Amino acid sequence: MEDRLIVRKIRNGTVIDHIPAGRSLDVLKILGISGREGATVALVMNVESKKLGRKDIVKIEDRFLKPEEVDKIALIAPTATINIVRDYQVVEKRRVSVPEEIVGILRCVNPLCVSNSPREPITPRIIVVSRQPLKLRCAYCDEEFGEEALSQLVSQ
Amino acid sequence: MLRGRDVLSILDFSREELEELFAETDRVRSNPAAYAGALSGFIMSTAFFEPSTRTRLSFQSAMLRLGGSYIDLGELERSSVAKGENFADTIRMLDSYADVIVVRHRLEGAARYAAEIAEAPVINAGDGRKHHPTQAMLDLYTVRSAKGRVDGLTYGVLGDLRFGRAAASFILALSKYRPRKVYLVSPPLLRARPEVLEVLEKAGVSYEEVSDLDSVLPELDVLYVTRVQKERFPDPAEYEKVKGSYAVTSKSLARAKEDLVVMHPLPRVDEIAFDVDRTRHAYYFEQAKLGVWVRMALLKLILKG
Repeated sequence: MEDRLIVRKIRNGTVIDHIPAGRSLDVLKILGISGREGATVALVMNVESKKLGRKDIVKIEDRFLKPEEVDKIALIAPTATINIVRDYQVVEKRRVSVPEEIVGILRCVNPLCVSNSPREPITPRIIVVSRQPLKLRCAYCDEEFGEEALSQLVSQ
Repeated sequence: MLRGRDVLSILDFSREELEELFAETDRVRSNPAAYAGALSGFIMSTAFFEPSTRTRLSFQSAMLRLGGSYIDLGELERSSVAKGENFADTIRMLDSYADVIVVRHRLEGAARYAAEIAEAPVINAGDGRKHHPTQAMLDLYTVRSAKGRVDGLTYGVLGDLRFGRAAASFILALSKYRPRKVYLVSPPLLRARPEVLEVLEKAGVSYEEVSDLDSVLPELDVLYVTRVQKERFPDPAEYEKVKGSYAVTSKSLARAKEDLVVMHPLPRVDEIAFDVDRTRHAYYFEQAKLGVWVRMALLKLILKG
């Protein structure tokens, strides 16, 4: 509980806990949070964790996550838990999970894949072949790739 | 089993389905007259977004021999593609004109995308470096025809295993059978892609990657030779490094088994010398001929069962 004392509780919003140590900045990027939005954001990095050894925590006031944001976080921080806070109380606690198929979130890394063709009305579909280690396969061109594709999520 | 099916990757077909296709091919081949009107009234569309002679003509010949007809998208410069129409719209249009669509495209996954759009079955006639399933089907049939079986033989697949879709599809096709051993013979730069090797591993096929044909040649029952795919090299300098790095000649085949079968998806450039044509090993022209029978059987099974 000691880590909770580093920053104060939030009244309403989302606490993303159990982020692998060092990944919290990537989580903020995925959520499009630069700090200039005016919302109160607290970031705790490299605190002790029984489960993970070290972990990061992100607290965001007055912000609730969309399903596609949760899916993105699942890819970059598969151990994360998402706590919804209302009036200082955690009203919902969810674990993120890497879906079996990732639709419209990640692009295939193969530049010759039809799903990267800018003139086609096509939604990228990526099949999760294995979660640990992360192994992905494009549903269109069958190209297989791993975590290197995730850099797209934080560069968008 | 095959009626209404898309043909996108050889991996989508079970061994039983392939055997069904080959049995139908045997029937077509032994009595073509009985099949002369089998697809009367059916229209096939050929949409080749990449140059092709053999595959396109072989599909067209197959359809005509079955009494069906075909429409061809024609040269891209003279089609709606030149006016800026995208692939999805072109496929949508062909879907309303034809009962089956045969697609070749430079982009990988194009046939799978076409199959999502079209109601008619889509046959992948080659997409980028990845798949050429009907080539793999006719290659298996050729081995079966020449050797009486596919199982238990020792194969050498020589050439551009990295960019060549015919080679990759043939290797994937062998995973459906029980080869004694598969030697993947290529310069290090042209080694097979990891996902292809993984399929062999999962299927329990014994394989070995080697750089030199001579050391394994005496063991081979089938030697499958492919061209270096100049058009798929992202870097022309890399192509220069490997072009002409292997060539099969009648002299180099001196140490081969008497009944070694040499195959090639064609066209060849300089990887099989012309003097091999006159040896008992040359099977590549027969292979191209068998392609028409296999495609006849496939079209018939897809459109009529």
